[in-house]
Amino acid sequence: MSKHTLSILVENKHGVLARVAALISRRGFNIDSLAVGPTEHPEVSRMTIAVSVDEQPLEQITKQLNKLVNVIKIVELEPSQTVQRELLLVKVKADTLTRGQVLETVQLFRAKVVDVAPDAITIEATGNPEKLEAMLRVLEPFGVRELVQSGMVAIGRGSRSISDRTLRPVPVPPPHVQSGPPTVQARPAERSHHANHPVPGPPPGRAAAVPNQH
Amino acid sequence: MSEQLTGAQALIRALEHAGVDTVFGIPGGAILPAYDPMLDSTQIRHILVRHEQGAGHAAQGYAAASGKTGVCMATSGPGATNLVTPIADAYMDSVPMVAITGQVAGAAIGTDAFQEADIRGITMPITKHNFLVTDPADIATTIAEAFHIASTGRPGPVLVDVTKDAMQTQGVDFQWPTELALPGYRPVTRPHPKQVREAARLIAAAEKPVLYVGGGVIRARASAELKELAELLGIPVVTTLMARGALPDSHELHFGMPGMHGSVSAVGALQRSDLLITLGARFDDRVTGKLDSFAPEAKVIHADIDPAEIGKNRAADVPIVGDCKEVITDLIAALRTEIAGSGRTPSYDAWRGQLEAVRAKYPVAYDEPEDGTLSPQYVIERIGQIAGPDAVYTAGVGQHQMWSAHYLPFEKPGHWLNSGGLGTMGYAVPAAMGAKVARPDKTVWAIDGDGCFQMTNQELVTCALEGIPIKVAVINNQSLGMVRQWQTLFYDKRYSNTDLHSARIPDFAKLAEAMGGVGLRCSDKDSVDATIDKAMSVTDQPVVVDFVVHRDAMVWPMVAAGTSNDDIQIARDMAPTWDGEEL
Repeated sequence: MSKHTLSILVENKHGVLARVAALISRRGFNIDSLAVGPTEHPEVSRMTIAVSVDEQPLEQITKQLNKLVNVIKIVELEPSQTVQRELLLVKVKADTLTRGQVLETVQLFRAKVVDVAPDAITIEATGNPEKLEAMLRVLEPFGVRELVQSGMVAIGRGSRSISDRTLRPVPVPPPHVQSGPPTVQARPAERSHHANHPVPGPPPGRAAAVPNQH
Repeated sequence: MSEQLTGAQALIRALEHAGVDTVFGIPGGAILPAYDPMLDSTQIRHILVRHEQGAGHAAQGYAAASGKTGVCMATSGPGATNLVTPIADAYMDSVPMVAITGQVAGAAIGTDAFQEADIRGITMPITKHNFLVTDPADIATTIAEAFHIASTGRPGPVLVDVTKDAMQTQGVDFQWPTELALPGYRPVTRPHPKQVREAARLIAAAEKPVLYVGGGVIRARASAELKELAELLGIPVVTTLMARGALPDSHELHFGMPGMHGSVSAVGALQRSDLLITLGARFDDRVTGKLDSFAPEAKVIHADIDPAEIGKNRAADVPIVGDCKEVITDLIAALRTEIAGSGRTPSYDAWRGQLEAVRAKYPVAYDEPEDGTLSPQYVIERIGQIAGPDAVYTAGVGQHQMWSAHYLPFEKPGHWLNSGGLGTMGYAVPAAMGAKVARPDKTVWAIDGDGCFQMTNQELVTCALEGIPIKVAVINNQSLGMVRQWQTLFYDKRYSNTDLHSARIPDFAKLAEAMGGVGLRCSDKDSVDATIDKAMSVTDQPVVVDFVVHRDAMVWPMVAAGTSNDDIQIARDMAPTWDGEEL
């Protein structure tokens, strides 16, 4: 099995994370890391999912994810062509005797001290997963009291953007109402409006909310 | 210009705009507001079923028989959870269906309110998509999206859960959308020309090709194109359980149904083929048997509208994503070009001759019971012969389903409705009800088992009251027959909990009469025809015929679960031979 990083553009709608996570688990895969957040388009969110799978199952899971109506696009990011970052906050035991050594480690890994107590230091570090792992190995002998880590986020190198695409709306066939005026009317009926003559006018709000990018 | 409606009126109006003429459902607390404007709709006929599962299967039957999107409606909580089985069934068999459920008021969501169930969460893995609508302004657009998603691409069920307060809101600005914002939903229907050319090249180079045809050809209404493709070069065809009728059974190029209970000629054709031309089929485990020994010599062309089906179970040499109708049409053109270009028309005469010999040697057949009791296969065969290929047939799940798949006359697409993927016992009666509503001009027979029938027969009441005169043949072997068959074969005849005692209780004929239908009973061969004729003569009421049959008739041929298709048996411990060697 090999590690793969998927960048998934999804509609920023209620329940999308549940759909994606549930689908991956339902099809029998494990998520190593998951991060989700907004993008440059307010109606689009981006998930970065790291999974350990073989090529063939990866293709299957990508296809299954693509079937989700709220999933707009999936791109697998090649590690060599990608910047990957995780954020880590770790609380390490540090008294007057060990503090100096801990601070040295912080400098070595270009991490930051964000909180100090008489017997502990809280460190913030960002980097690719390998770097953070290396730092933790050095810090562990001092005593890790608490550790929290974000999911990995990743972005491709170069000027291209994966969110360049047209979000075209889908035309709806005209209403099928059999004949005559609609049978369900507002009561009291204020106007008579023939449902089989669709009302011209601006597109509905949800279509308009998605900008067309060409 | 728009008009002011209540949310519930907007919902019904939206259904009308979507072209709905029939809704199967049951009202209840949370969906109550929608039922008030339903009363005023002259376009929509609401059929009040007796159980929500019946509503769901009826919507499936309606959809499969009409090609339109079926609609069912239920209230929150238990009403919605009762729809889960038909929704899962529709998902597995790609049936276009929209399920509307009421939900508790938005403010009560998450509080374990009375009759609250997170039906959107529950149905996420078994719907093509689902929605929770809390804002009444979203109702029209959501319904438009639901019908669009359910009926396009690979069809499937879509659930729309609407909160009660959204339906009760006054002054909702109703506007049927002219376009939909579905940036993540773009089904590909046009096949890629390069892939089609590559497929044509493989077909022209093959010696033993088979058209492995699945339900996608039925859903795409591509039967005429399929026939043309098969006849163009004389390529043998097998039709899966979901595709029965895609090519007439009587067609000389049709070699039967493949699979666990497939005919020897169909199973053998796939096993010995050097090229599977797979159209709208998905290499289901019931067709392939042990996957690594399935069609071991064959290259695979796999055409499906769902990219995720391609390469899922079996790697494809030529994957084609597209609607079967367009794929086949393009493939015919590409084959003509290929033949014209090479100046050589491929001939599969030797291969076809080999299959014809197998088909002649091992027809699907049965022995009459030695004790003089009624043969279930004979009953089904006679119903098929008397009602003919113009009737619509539904089946439950089990032995009677397999016998129906073998012995009914499948000459046209859309006349065979059954639960293939999920295998839902109890499908037959409500699906027949839905089919009869969709095709009132057709005779509709539900071929059911005594086990299946006892799961959903309450819908006979609906049929009697709503004037839906379906015919039900209960193939009564007094047991859960398919399970019993496995107990006979694999569990040393230890019949744990499969005896239903249904020769005695219930009295199916009386039950039918109690529910407003005509009840008939038949237990000997000589009166089978007269009984079927009598059932055929009743046209204004549902009819149930209790055919009391031999309890140990078995479904053959059979490939035991987990074994290779090469180990197919035509009867217990009897393997067919193929060119003098065992298959």
